[in-house]
Formats: sequence, structure tokens, C-alpha cells
Amino acid sequence: MREFGYQRADDVPGAVALLAADPAARYLGGGTNLVDLMKTGVEKPALLIDVRELPLDRIEVTGSGGLRIGATVTNSDLAADPEVRRRYPALAQAVLAGASGQLRNMATVGGNLLQRTRCGYFADTTKPCNKREPGSGCPAIAGEHHNHAILGASAHCVATHPSDMGVALTAFDAVVTCETADGPAELPLAGFYLPVGDTPHLETALPPGALITGVTLPPAPVAATSRYRKVRERASYAFAIGSIAAALDVQDGVVRDVRLAFGAVASRPWRARAAERALTGGPATAEAFAAAADTELAAAEPLPHNGYKVALTRNLVVAMLTELTQEAVR
Amino acid sequence: MRVSMRVNGRRVTAEDVWEGESLLFVLRERLGLPGSKNACEQGECGSCTVYLDDSPVCACLVAAGQAGGRDVVTVEGLAGAAGLDAVQQAFMDAGAVQCGFCTPGLIVQAHYLLRETVDAGGPVPDDGEIREVLAGNLCRCTGYEKILDAVRLAAARKAAAAAAAAGQAEPGQAEVGR
Repeated sequence: MREFGYQRADDVPGAVALLAADPAARYLGGGTNLVDLMKTGVEKPALLIDVRELPLDRIEVTGSGGLRIGATVTNSDLAADPEVRRRYPALAQAVLAGASGQLRNMATVGGNLLQRTRCGYFADTTKPCNKREPGSGCPAIAGEHHNHAILGASAHCVATHPSDMGVALTAFDAVVTCETADGPAELPLAGFYLPVGDTPHLETALPPGALITGVTLPPAPVAATSRYRKVRERASYAFAIGSIAAALDVQDGVVRDVRLAFGAVASRPWRARAAERALTGGPATAEAFAAAADTELAAAEPLPHNGYKVALTRNLVVAMLTELTQEAVR
Repeated sequence: MRVSMRVNGRRVTAEDVWEGESLLFVLRERLGLPGSKNACEQGECGSCTVYLDDSPVCACLVAAGQAGGRDVVTVEGLAGAAGLDAVQQAFMDAGAVQCGFCTPGLIVQAHYLLRETVDAGGPVPDDGEIREVLAGNLCRCTGYEKILDAVRLAAARKAAAAAAAAGQAEPGQAEVGR
């Protein structure tokens, strides 16, 4: 690991000022991803600004019935929160599907959104990687890519975003709040992650130096009937090869409201808006669910070794919406 | 930098700590507590599991500075004046140890599981619950069966002890039961 400084921030403006004074600095949440990447030399900050002690660790119900989740809330506390479990059960399930208990106890909401891809070429500093070293190439496209993106990728990068939590947040229209040198700002999660294009090293639309202070979930009655399902190569404690967050409101066999987001298929959590549009107002049948999934996945561009993700994601849509229909009827 | 914290109930200070040192390194190399093991160093194996402010974490991924001012309990801190902790005793009795490298992390994580369930007045955890809570602790020797036996044994002993204590505390109800 290279030399670096460590400083604990006293308050939010202080943290932002520290980073403004040293653009090579990075904010440190739980460190479960950043510290790991510093050990392997992927990340080389000059200074870590520890923000985990900042008073951003609360989960509050907003006046409109949504939730405001502080950036330093740990994954464990988020998943255990009774309001999260009641209002957005898929979010609690998604968080519990990620990592191990030990890691969830350290990891924070803000850090989760900014975690880096688990692409093996990105993690291996002896290999080219356009995300780590712009212009060096992407060996995954002709190499090992069985767990890489099928949607929204480019000829420059096919890495996926590894978050489970982010998939549920995306389904529920989360808004990221942050603090910049010019004051507070908001950024819908839908526009938080930048398109890959030819700049895979530029991952988010966060203003330079901005500190994530929290995530706000607007009220969504449909979210009370929601689930998260994750497919892994072993029973637990592995990154997804496919996942889905789904919420459904069915009345008299007709889809009144539906939310769908996919994980492990793109460089960001993938909101399936085309599928949602195809389903809304139509019948809640397995045929309709499959057709909607096909509509969304028509844009998929699988590589030679990850075509299974198209079928896997389609099956997840049908299975989850079928289960949620039964749950909604009860 | 200087890092002060409470470790196993004792206030300690480590001087001249390099920012790149992990909590695990500080515990093992500066504070003479080699119980927590240094295996994968990337948060995948759980061999370095310690309590940090009452929650188990992977000490290998905690930067030394992050532990400043906090309360750490390692596997060395689980045994009390009365002897080994129930989880430690059960690992011995069940033969849940082979090479032993994963054992300290497993014991801390199993200790946490029982603290949150049986010790809190809840039911004995079922096998699915035990497996999920221990999912972040890898063992390359045992195949996990003896480890599961040990956790079941510790849970059963704790539940039996709690039931016995409740029986003594409420003699009136016990009388009615006869």
C-alpha cells in the first residue's frame, strides 16, 4: 500500500473543505471496498477523510411517507430498520443478500453507491482496464466475461455494478443528497451513474468533491409488496450473476403499478422502464410478464459467455411477478 | 499516528502507527494479540473477525485510524474468570477444529449469533440461520459439519442453562407445573 494520510472529519462542511483542499483525497465510509482496493494498488488516495462518525446515521420517515436514509447508516442497521422492512421490504432483502454479516456491520449506504466493479481485470493491476487506466483496453470483451454486462455496455467496458442495495433503491426512485463546496445538492439515482460510452473511468455524476449525505426514498405504496431475489454461484456470500427488485400492485387481475430493476446486468442498477410500461394497465399473467421481460431485454447485447443472463433475467421477472401477484391477492 | 482504543476491556495506545496498517495488524503485531488470524486480508474469509463497538467486523479491512477511540473485543477477550466461553468450550467438545486458523473468527461470529438469539431470550437458531450467519467465515479443512455441531451444542447448553435459571427464578410457576 502507498503512503497516505488519515483524518477524521468533525462535521459535513469540514469534510467537504478537507477534500476541496486536496483533490487526491477520498472520503472513507466503512472501507470494506476502498481499503481492500488500496491494498492491491487499484486505489491510491493521498488522504483518507473518514466520514463514518458524521451525524448522518439516522433513518427517518419523511412528511410525505417516504424515507430519508443517512449516508453513514450501516448496511446492517438499514436492513434491520422496521420502517424499511415495512415500507420497502425489497430494500431490506437486497441489503441482507449482499456480503457477509461482518462486512455489512462496517459498510455504509453512501459507500455502497460508490463501490467499484468486481471485474477481475479491474482488480488486477497487471492487466489493461479502461476503467482503471483510460485507453489501456478492455481484456474482458475477448476474455473472461461470464459475469459481465448484457445491457448498456460499450466497446470500452463491459463491467457490472456489484451493488444489491442499489438495485432496490433504483426500483424505488431514490434521490441521492450530497453536500458540495457550494452547498447541498440532489441527484436522482436514475441519473447518478453515467453512461459507459468511451469514458468508463467516469462513473457518477456527483459534482467534484461532493460528499454523499444520504438517500431519500419518495413514498411508494406499491413498494410494500416488493421482493428482492439474487442468483449466485453459491448459496450465500457471493456477488450476483443476476438479481431483481420488483414491486407490484394488482387489482382484479390488472397491473395497477409495477417497479422492476435488475442487478448484475449493466454498469449501473438497471431500471426496467420498458417492461414497466408494457405491464401497466395490462393483465397480471405469466404470459404478460414474459412478454414485458422480452421487451426490456430486446436491447441486450450478450457476449459469447454471458448469454445465460438474458434467460436468467427473463425467468427472474416471470417468477417474481408471479409470486408478487399471489402475495397481492392474499 | 497514535491510535488509542479499548481492547478486551483495557485502554491501550499504539504509537507510530502507519496509516496503512489495519486494525488486525495493530492487534497482532503491536498489542500482542495473535488470536485474530491474518488469512485472506480482503474481507473474504472472516478469520480476523473481532467485535468493533459490539458488532463483528473483518479487522483486516478496518484501517487503524478507524478503530481510534473505539471498543474492540478479540477472541482473547471472550473467556471470563470462570473459564472458557460456552462457544469455545463447545468447539473443543465437538472437535470443531482442524488446522485452527479459521477457528478464532468462527468463535467470535458464533458468539455474536448466540448473543443475538439465545442470550437475548430468543429461540435456538436453526441450521439455516447458523449457516447464513457463518457464511462469511471460510474453513478449508472441516467441511463445516463439526462447526455446525459445535454451534448447536453451545446453543443447546445456553438454552438449557437459561431454562434452569428461569425455573429457579420462578419457583411458584414450577410448583404449579407439578
